Amino acid sequence: MTAMVKAEGVHKSYGAAHILKGIDLEVAPREVFCLIGPSGSGKSTFLRCINHLEKINAGRLWVDGELVGYRQKGDKLYELKDSEVALQRRDIGMVFQRFNLFPHMTAVENVMEAPIQVKGEAKAVARERALKLLDRVGLGDKAGNYPSQLSGGQQQRVAIARALAMEPKLMLFDEPTSALDPELVGDVLDVMRGLAEDGMTMVVVTHEMGFAREVGDNLVFMDGGVVVESGNPRDVLTNPQHDRTKAFLSKVL
Amino acid sequence: MTDKFDKTPADEPPTGSSASKETTATAHPEQIKAIPVRHYGRWVSGAVVLVLLGWLAFAFAQGDIRWATITDYLFDGRILQGALNTIIISVLSMLIGLVLGIVFAVMRLSKNPVTGAVAWLYIWFFRGTPVYVQLLLWFNLALIFPILNIGFYKDEMVDVMTPFLVALLGLGLNEGAYMAEIVRAGIQSVDEGQTEASHALGMSNGKTMRRVVLPQAMRVIVPPTGNEFINLLKTSSLVSAVQYTDLLRAATNIGSTSFAIMEMLIVASIWYLALTSVFSVGQYYVERYYARGSLRQLPPTPWQRVKTNLRFLQSPRGV
Repeated sequence: MTAMVKAEGVHKSYGAAHILKGIDLEVAPREVFCLIGPSGSGKSTFLRCINHLEKINAGRLWVDGELVGYRQKGDKLYELKDSEVALQRRDIGMVFQRFNLFPHMTAVENVMEAPIQVKGEAKAVARERALKLLDRVGLGDKAGNYPSQLSGGQQQRVAIARALAMEPKLMLFDEPTSALDPELVGDVLDVMRGLAEDGMTMVVVTHEMGFAREVGDNLVFMDGGVVVESGNPRDVLTNPQHDRTKAFLSKVL
Repeated sequence: MTDKFDKTPADEPPTGSSASKETTATAHPEQIKAIPVRHYGRWVSGAVVLVLLGWLAFAFAQGDIRWATITDYLFDGRILQGALNTIIISVLSMLIGLVLGIVFAVMRLSKNPVTGAVAWLYIWFFRGTPVYVQLLLWFNLALIFPILNIGFYKDEMVDVMTPFLVALLGLGLNEGAYMAEIVRAGIQSVDEGQTEASHALGMSNGKTMRRVVLPQAMRVIVPPTGNEFINLLKTSSLVSAVQYTDLLRAATNIGSTSFAIMEMLIVASIWYLALTSVFSVGQYYVERYYARGSLRQLPPTPWQRVKTNLRFLQSPRGV
C-alpha cells in the first residue's frame, strides 16, 4: 500500500531561518499520526507543507503517491500551476488553530461553500450534506448561526465539518484545541476521535498528550526542525529514549 | 484502527447554568433617592446658542431674499432635470470609480511588478491633480488630438467629447484612484487565515477573492465609499464648468436670466442637501448588510432608533 504521506529529507527555510532540517516520515492510510514538540520546532510548518501552503526548499513530499506542488519528468522538477495545486488540495482537509471560518457566512454556508464552488455541487445537495455533517459534529441546531455567535469549540467543530464536506482522504489538524477554553477541548477531541474510528487518515499537531496516547497510532517528537524520536505513542510518552524528549515531556505532562 | 475507544455521544452545545435564577430570586434592594447634580453650565451654554441661532434667523429674515422665488423654482422642470443629471453623472461616475478601484487595487496587490507600477502611476496622477484640472483636460482634449482614431472608429474629437462624456471620464477616473486605495485597504484588512482556509479547501485564487476576501473587505470598504459618493455628488457641481447641465448649472442658468442668483443657489443647496440625506440613509442600510456575521447583533435601523429615542424622551431618566 502506498503511504498516505511520505516525506524525504524535507527542508524549509524563511530567508536565513532554517525551520525544517530534513524530515523523513511516513503516514500509512487510516493512521492517526501525531506531531508533538516545543513551539518553534517546525511541526506546524511541516503540516503546512503537506498541502503546499508552504513551499519546501529541498527534499520530496508525496501525498497518496503524488508529489506535492511539483511534477517530475525525468530528473527535472516542474512547479505546478495554481489550479493544479488547488486540485491536489481538494483531497486534503485542514483544520486551523484559529478556526478561520468565513465570518460572513452561517455555519451551514461555511460547510456548503467549497462543495458548491470547487466541485460544482448543486446547492440543495450541498446543503443537505452540510446539515448532516453539522449533525455529525453535534451542531445540527446551529446551522443558521454566524461564527461570531458560536463558542470557540463550536466554531472548531464547524471547521472540521467544513473540511469533511470535501470528502478528503487526509485530514491535517494544526493544534486544533490550542485556542480553546479548557472546558471546550473535550468536544473537539470527541469529534476527532469519532473521525479516527471511521478510518480517516489524520496528521495531528497537538499538545494534547492524552489524545495522542489514546487515539494516536504513531507519534513523532520534533525539536529544532528535526525528528528526534518516533514510535508508538504509549511507548514514546511513557518511556522516552532521548534526553530532549524527556525534558519536553517533563514540562507538559 | 481499533475500536476500543468508546465514542461518546456527540457533545451537546453548552447550556446556560442555573446560576442566573438565583440572582433574580434575591429581593430588590432599596432604590437610592438622591438630589441630582444641577448642570447650570448646560443651561447657560444652551441659552447662548439659542440666542445666536435666533439672531441668524433674524438676519436672514431681514435679508433681501425673495422667498417666493425659491418655492416657485424648487420643482421647476429645468431644476428637476438638472438634479436628475447630477444623480446620473454621480451614480455612473461612482460605478466607473468602483470598477476601476477594484481593478487597480488588485493590480497594485498583484505580484506582477508591471501591473503594480502602472496602478501606482494611475493613482499617483489622478489623486495628485485637482479634479477640476482633470475635467478641463478632458474638455480640451481636441486641442491636442483633433481626430479620434481607434482603428475601427474615427471621428472629430469635439464631437466625441460631449459634455456628458467629459464629466463621466473626469469624475469617474478621478474617483477610481481614490476607490483603488479604499479597496486596497479593505482587501489588506482581511485576515490571511481566510485566504489560507479557502486555499486549503481547494478554492482557486479568483474564487477566494470573490467569495471570501472581497465580501469581508466590503465591511471596511463600504463606509468610506459612502462618504466618497456623497463627496462625488457635491464635486459633480464642477462639471457645470464643462457645459454639462447638472443641478448647479440649471440653477445658475435660471438665476442669471431672472436676476435671482442667491435664490437659485439656495434652491440648488436644498436639492443637494436632499440628495445627500437620501443617500446617507441608503449607505446606512448597505453598511448594515455587510456587517452581518461580524456583529453579534445588528445595529438598529434609523426608524428603530427614532422609536427608542421617543421612548427615551417619554421617560427622561432613560430607564
